[in-house]
Amino acid sequence: MKPRVLIIRAPGTNCDLETQYAFELAGGAADVLHINRWLDHPALADRYQILCIPGGFSYGDDVAAGRILANQIQQFLADEVADFIANDKLILGVCNGFQALLKSGILLPQEKTRPVATLTWNDAGHFIDRWVHLKVSGDRCVFLRNIESMYLPIAHAEGKFVADQEETLDTWSNAGQLALSYCTDDGSLCNGGSDNPNGSQRDVAGVCDATGRIFGLMPHPERFVHRTQHPRWTRLGSDLSADGLAVFRNAVEYFTA
Amino acid sequence: MTLWEVDIYPATGQPDLAAERIAGDAADMGLANELQLRTARGYLVDGSLDRAQIEQLSQRLLSDAVVETTIIDEVGHRRLAESPIAGGRLVYVLPKAGVMDPVALTARQAMGDMGSSVREVRTLRKYWLQGVDQSTVDELCDRLLANDSIEQIVQGPLEMTELQVGSPYDFEKIVIPLSSLDDEGLMELSRSGQLYMTLPEMQQVQGHFVEMGRDPTDIELETVAQTWSEHCSHKTLAGRIAYRDERGERHFDNMLKETIFAATETIRQQLGDDDWCVSVFVDNAGVVRFDDDFNVVFKVETHNHPSALEPYGGANTGIGGVIRDPLGTGMGAKPVCNTDVFCFAPPDSKLSELPPGVLHPKRVMKGVVSGVRDYGNRMGIPTVNGAIYFDDRYLGNPLVYCGNVGILPQNKSLKEPKADDWVVAIGGRTGRDGIHGATFSSAELTSESESLSGGAVQIGNAITEKMVLDVLLQARDQELFSAVTDCGAGGFSSAVGEMGEKIGAEVWLEKAPLKYDGLSYTEIWISEAQERMVFSVPDETWQAFHDLCASEGVEATIIGRFEPHGRLVLKYHDQVVGDLSMEFLHDGRPPVVREATYTPPTNSSFQCPETVDWSGTLRKILASLNVASKEWVIRQYDHEVQGGSVVKPLVGVANDGPSDAAVVRPRLDSARALTISCGMNPHYGDYDPYHMAASAIDEAVRNSVAVGADPSRIAILDNFCWGYTDRPDTLGSLVRAAIACQEMAVGLQTPFISGKDSLNNEFSYEVDGKKTTIAIPATLLISAMGQLDDAAHAVTMDLKEAGHLLYLIGTTYEEMGGSHFTLVTDASGGHPPTVDIANARRTFHAVHDAISRGTVRACHDLSEGGLAVTLAEMAFAGDLGVDVDLDQVPLSASDGDAARDATLRLFSESNTRFVCEVAEDQVAEFETCFQDVTLTRIGTVVDSPQVRIRSEIASLDLEESNELLKKVWQAPLDWDSPKKGIA
Repeated sequence: MKPRVLIIRAPGTNCDLETQYAFELAGGAADVLHINRWLDHPALADRYQILCIPGGFSYGDDVAAGRILANQIQQFLADEVADFIANDKLILGVCNGFQALLKSGILLPQEKTRPVATLTWNDAGHFIDRWVHLKVSGDRCVFLRNIESMYLPIAHAEGKFVADQEETLDTWSNAGQLALSYCTDDGSLCNGGSDNPNGSQRDVAGVCDATGRIFGLMPHPERFVHRTQHPRWTRLGSDLSADGLAVFRNAVEYFTA
Repeated sequence: MTLWEVDIYPATGQPDLAAERIAGDAADMGLANELQLRTARGYLVDGSLDRAQIEQLSQRLLSDAVVETTIIDEVGHRRLAESPIAGGRLVYVLPKAGVMDPVALTARQAMGDMGSSVREVRTLRKYWLQGVDQSTVDELCDRLLANDSIEQIVQGPLEMTELQVGSPYDFEKIVIPLSSLDDEGLMELSRSGQLYMTLPEMQQVQGHFVEMGRDPTDIELETVAQTWSEHCSHKTLAGRIAYRDERGERHFDNMLKETIFAATETIRQQLGDDDWCVSVFVDNAGVVRFDDDFNVVFKVETHNHPSALEPYGGANTGIGGVIRDPLGTGMGAKPVCNTDVFCFAPPDSKLSELPPGVLHPKRVMKGVVSGVRDYGNRMGIPTVNGAIYFDDRYLGNPLVYCGNVGILPQNKSLKEPKADDWVVAIGGRTGRDGIHGATFSSAELTSESESLSGGAVQIGNAITEKMVLDVLLQARDQELFSAVTDCGAGGFSSAVGEMGEKIGAEVWLEKAPLKYDGLSYTEIWISEAQERMVFSVPDETWQAFHDLCASEGVEATIIGRFEPHGRLVLKYHDQVVGDLSMEFLHDGRPPVVREATYTPPTNSSFQCPETVDWSGTLRKILASLNVASKEWVIRQYDHEVQGGSVVKPLVGVANDGPSDAAVVRPRLDSARALTISCGMNPHYGDYDPYHMAASAIDEAVRNSVAVGADPSRIAILDNFCWGYTDRPDTLGSLVRAAIACQEMAVGLQTPFISGKDSLNNEFSYEVDGKKTTIAIPATLLISAMGQLDDAAHAVTMDLKEAGHLLYLIGTTYEEMGGSHFTLVTDASGGHPPTVDIANARRTFHAVHDAISRGTVRACHDLSEGGLAVTLAEMAFAGDLGVDVDLDQVPLSASDGDAARDATLRLFSESNTRFVCEVAEDQVAEFETCFQDVTLTRIGTVVDSPQVRIRSEIASLDLEESNELLKKVWQAPLDWDSPKKGIA
């Protein structure tokens, strides 16, 4: 049985089809559904093992990136999501999906009503599309199992990870939740250099919850599942492996292996 | 009701990015040095909310407590006017009432969903300016902080108690007493009513209504003016033209049809059963075959005049508009990539030297780039190709070309509206925005245009269009409609008028959903409000169509019916306000008859300077704005969404070399790919528009061939942007370019599949009663869409490995006219580059053959700056060196002056040339591909990262490090980095 993947799209979501393709390439059976269908029938998520909120500009990123989708989930689907996680299932948010998961409080629970972290404007003040080197910390995150490093594209305007309290970063770090970070091409810290594309604190590129089964990241693994998507594939051998695919394989294999 | 203001500031310790950007721009433009300011973004919220409720909305929706801090109070309260910096002068900028404010719309919707009672929301920006006097504040407002055509500036505290949302409309049918007007009266009406019709046209309308025994209503006159506008009917180029040049006279009954369309006809006939064109020059975009299941469509439009007045909104709605072309082609194509080409005046132009009414070119460029970025990225369509050209003559009239490629199932490629189908509008609501866009875009710009035509300027809302796209493709696949078209220039008038041309239609104007009250029936009909599409929907599928739209929050409304009476009947609450025969509307326009003359300028031969600093010239050309890296622009566009990216705009070791063309796989499950490229060089047009056009086609095609496209499957588009074509010599230069297009297209077997023209691109202003006019250079953009059987055969331009051989394909001539060598040195004269069409065709096929056999490791075309620039770009992109013997380069017509010959070999811009990198063990097979084509081994790839070009006969030894060359190439437009001192 292929694990079933529910990919939620909202007005302005635009990475749903390539995300569906990536999950299917990895061995999943993925459906794309409009958020309105889920709001109409919250229980439909029960039939799925993996929930994914893909990239894009949900509701235009008007007000703030992912904010409105986050509020909808928080207000109307919180119980469903809690059940999903309680049942040992997986949730993935890519780019805009990461922004929505974070701002809804699903990924890192809020202190009363105050958010503990956010994703805000890149230091450059505008959208940036480029490839970044990434390294994985610890083995907490299910989606990053057996991955040490990756090379993936980012494409966002609001991807700078900022914690409300500096100390919380240590807590998350010690718990292995700051699972994915920007690094130099040899895996070293960015040290304030341009390898960190947006100015994220501690070079954070992706974060998981305490269970390791909810994961949000700014880079787009679905944009590197085929060798000709690599920016330098014409320079590299035909055995070039597509780093992004591993993320989807890990998710699928959590249920099949 | 309370009117709340929510001001949102960066929290302590967080950067004020808007302030940094404005201070930087103010310094660059010479407005203020080291300007100190603080900024806030904010909202005005008009509704029945108490303080606790607005604070909760602010905290849960509007602001981000981690990085922002808020001040909330009733509008006008003292706290809102307390400066966060010492002595700050307060400036508010708000969108004018009725201007699209997407963030406010979304916020109001979200507040409603959260259970709040909110009547209206508007966004605002707030600036506190420190240490500047009143006149500087005024100038900052005018030049930098706001745009008067869409925004309102308030200095000091806001004084308002509610947000206006329109007022009720009192119906009154307006009849225009046309029959009583003399010629002068007719022209006065044409001008004051912004109809922009000519006297013969006004007379024709007058005669038509006299025949019917009545005067027209306002809506009838507007409908005719729009349908007959240059923008909608292309009457000049599709009109009768008597053309004369040095070769004699030629008469056209329909110039476009007899040149550009004719070329495609000829090619299709020659191809016979192998014809791969599907639908050309008839639908909103050209359609050609892609694979066994799908066709691909391509369209490029311009949005010049709106972008001159409001660069962000103009470019925003330009890309939004062209995306609706593929959406409205056949039964709806899925957009797969965008392309954008811009022409600006140099961004370092002096503010004090700008004519009145002109925005600073840097502001124009930043606005245009962000307009395209924000719309294209939100639509989820990768922007994969483009170019930017600079010339002083674009100062008052920048050019903004936006293109879109779509993919369409073969069995959905044609459409037919049906009698008795409903006329259905979906998407955005209709407002007062964009009134008179079609007629305005056909007129000349003046320094007064801003006040006269402000309504023609709009802001787009990409998400509304994305929602339309989502439901359109589902409705297409469920077969819920008979035809679709976009609502572009001319609004419903044009969309319904065109769809119903062969049938007839009745429209019920009061049914169109409005953004706010107060629109007259005529405004509803001609509004060009964005993000709307019109469908022909059978009654049997209407309910399903409606429900599908509703399920995704898209408004779909029946606004009329296609009725088989051949008339266009317009009603407002059952009163007939317009009744025109479709025949008169579409075929009644008097033909435009124009004179066109072309006199060749006396081009002198190239005067080579006595001594040439070859290295210095190479650096100067690399640092010239047309050639310099556009990375700052490219990286703001998402060029990878949809996952089809194969060759990106930037390639090479550090992902920063300039790719010749983009390669995209439109289907994730197939290796078949498209190439997208362009060609344009307005400078050659100053020498001869024929050769400019031929060169543009050669360049567009060779760029696609360089990445691997099959030259027998390249479709091209033409976009003419010209000056005032009532002048015979201006029109003459256009006709001459069109003749070149015809000859090139047939010769290369590259059919034109769609095109568009934008005329009267001139800017005039008066100083001390003296009128000055700046005409743009004749500017022809050629866009090419090629195809590759297998994406894995694509080639990039960066050098791959030391020890490989370098080949030059093609011959170099003295073709320095309009070259970048002459632009950066004081050299003058020269012949513009020409094309030997038969040779070009052979060459493109030979290069493709070599690439298909896998013998080419890198390939780059020669264009601006010639061989020297090509070698430099290949070297620094690949982080490898070249060692080239310049004396090997075949030069036609050497005059024996060794230094001059070396200069020509390095910098001449002759067409149809490439440099290829070939591995030693592939040499034999590579060379067999070039039987009838000039092929020369010119050097080798070396490890040492430098460009070394030697000529023994000219005693030339050019040696420059990649590092320096790349740095000078990157510096000019690298606007994110602090200024780098480059000599």
